[in-house]
Amino acid sequence: MSQTFTKSMARNIFYGGSLFFFLLFIALSVDTSEAIPKQNAKAIITPQVAMGKRIWEDNDCIGCHTILGEGAYFAPELGNVYKRFGNSTDAIKAFIKSRPKNGIPGRRSMPQFNFNEKQLSAIAAFLKYASEIDTNGWPPNIQG
Amino acid sequence: MKYQSQAVAKYYFIAAIALFVGQILFGLIMGLQYVMGDFLFPEIPFNVARMVHTNLLIVWLLFGFMGSAYYLVPEEAETELFSPKLALIMFWVFLAAGVLTILGYLMVPYATLADITGNSLLPTMGREFLEQPTITKIGIVVVALAFLFNIGMTALKGRKTVITLVLLIGLLGLAVFFLFSFYNPINLVKDKFYWWWVVHLWVEGVWELILGAILAFVLIKTTGVDREVIEKWLYIIIAMSLITGIIGTGHHYYWIGTPRYWQWWGSIFSAMEPIPFFMMTIFAFNMVNQRRRNHPNQAAVLWALGTSVMAFLGAGVWGFMHTLAPVNYYTHGTQITAAHGHLAFFGAYVMIVLTMISYAMPMLRGREAANSNKSQVVEMWSFWLMTVSMVFITLFLTGAGIAQVYLQRYSDTPQAFMVVQEKLATFYWMREVAGVVFLIGLITYISSFFVGGKEAEEIA
Ligand code: HEM
Ligand code: HEM
Ligand SMILES: [Fe+2]
Repeated sequence: MSQTFTKSMARNIFYGGSLFFFLLFIALSVDTSEAIPKQNAKAIITPQVAMGKRIWEDNDCIGCHTILGEGAYFAPELGNVYKRFGNSTDAIKAFIKSRPKNGIPGRRSMPQFNFNEKQLSAIAAFLKYASEIDTNGWPPNIQG
Repeated sequence: MKYQSQAVAKYYFIAAIALFVGQILFGLIMGLQYVMGDFLFPEIPFNVARMVHTNLLIVWLLFGFMGSAYYLVPEEAETELFSPKLALIMFWVFLAAGVLTILGYLMVPYATLADITGNSLLPTMGREFLEQPTITKIGIVVVALAFLFNIGMTALKGRKTVITLVLLIGLLGLAVFFLFSFYNPINLVKDKFYWWWVVHLWVEGVWELILGAILAFVLIKTTGVDREVIEKWLYIIIAMSLITGIIGTGHHYYWIGTPRYWQWWGSIFSAMEPIPFFMMTIFAFNMVNQRRRNHPNQAAVLWALGTSVMAFLGAGVWGFMHTLAPVNYYTHGTQITAAHGHLAFFGAYVMIVLTMISYAMPMLRGREAANSNKSQVVEMWSFWLMTVSMVFITLFLTGAGIAQVYLQRYSDTPQAFMVVQEKLATFYWMREVAGVVFLIGLITYISSFFVGGKEAEEIA
């Protein structure tokens, strides 16, 4: 690099640029924090949804599935599973409940978690909640 | 080795390599589960193998970064490490915490682990890459603080160089952003929003400072180019990293319930994120071309050049491929993401740690400056085996990803996820074969430490 461009100029660009864009990022994040509840007014968080999210986490569902496109790519997207299953929480519960304990020979299968009725309802409520988040039109179609 | 206390780095490097082996074995298990769904089911479900694979990766990279800092900072500061004893205690604490956590994943169902570690008191588990029990996370913070204190005190009492400063800012940022792993709101959108403050602001933010600092250090040592020149490059590279990378976080905020304006912010800034990686490539090749001496450790030079190229390919090219919002609309959360994740992590962070180990380990093992020719030849073989097989893993996953996007998302008659997965089996088999070659490369790498130990060094 040329002599007219000195190390101290490079250093100032680093400190000045980083600070400026970090502050801009904070400002955008504050605005986003305020916008999230408005944008997702339809996605209501009930105590049941809250319980469902904990069950989702305590069983590491994200280790196989994506939700809103994030997670693992081994099993189907679940952000829109409520809609894919015909807007039915019962269908979700029935699916989770009926997984064979020892899997399906030769195929990928989901574990049997032995959830009780209350847990099943909570996880289904959580997935219904996820499907009501306004994702700017993603995914492109119902297959996720 | 100029300072006795640099020797602690050796522990960190050995642990890093050992955990690396574990990571790859679990990668191969998952690769097989992709095509033989019932493999090890229900003993090791896919999600368990995955958390072992990714958490081992993160933990061994952290061991690598810490080892690098313990080697680099005393040398730059021209003084002994503040407390080698603290460094050793923290080594054992971190190793124990890491091993216990992995054993926890493997021995009991995850829900049981969450239960016995009291996850309900401060729920942080069950999110991608942040699967560790909350107490493990607290342990990581404690180790990080002790480490930063040790390194910081060392830097303070000695010569202050730009490389040390940049490395310290990067490591401090690593610790600070990790704190967001403790914030886990019920609101899924907010949870995801701040989750990226750990994941994205690490790999496309502060970790790039660590990468740049280590690369600059190894280049100064192996090329003898004037420090002023190298430091100017370093500043401008990391300036570009943060200027593009911070707002670039927006490329994860397109479809998670956040405002639409992120499609503009994210696309524009993340499209510029390849620039610092490209500058690193130019930088490394320029410095090697302008070298004032031929360092006897040619393997280390190869790793350094390789890092600069592969980081640009994995992060820069494969990142750019899916970063614009209209493209990401189709590729989001597909095998394209997995392809990029592999090449970027390998090219940037795996390779920089291996660069540092390659440079430092001969001295840590009591040699003058380099391993014997024989050992270096084996090491260079391992470089090519691992690098080329990782390129093939990436290409096969990219092929799978393109087919997946078309069949599941783009065609007029979109097909179900599992139906599409069946059709991609050939790609996944080829990925697994490339993965086996990677493992062979890793075994070759380890064997390079055990050959030609008695032979003399080349006089360059
Ligand atoms: C033998 C070679 C390897 C194989 C067969 C392998 C296989 C896999 C598989 C199957 C997944 C899970 C994908 C999913 O969620 O569906 C994965 C994830 C991952 N692996 Fe590997 N892996 C290998 C080596 C590596 C290496 C060397 C690295 C580090 C550079 C790495 C880093 C990662 C990362 C970061 C993820 C998470 C990716 C994401 O979330 O997009 N893997 N790997
Ligand atoms: C060394 C630096 C980088 C590393 C280690 C890295 C690693 C990763 C990983 C592991 C993921 C998957 C995260 C998940 O599981 O959800 C990811 C996602 C992504 N990365 Fe990177 N990355 C790097 C740099 C970049 C750069 C420079 C760009 C852009 C030019 C980029 C663009 C993206 C995008 C757009 C996604 C989201 C993919 C999706 O929508 O599914 N990355 N990256
Ligand atoms: Fe990112």
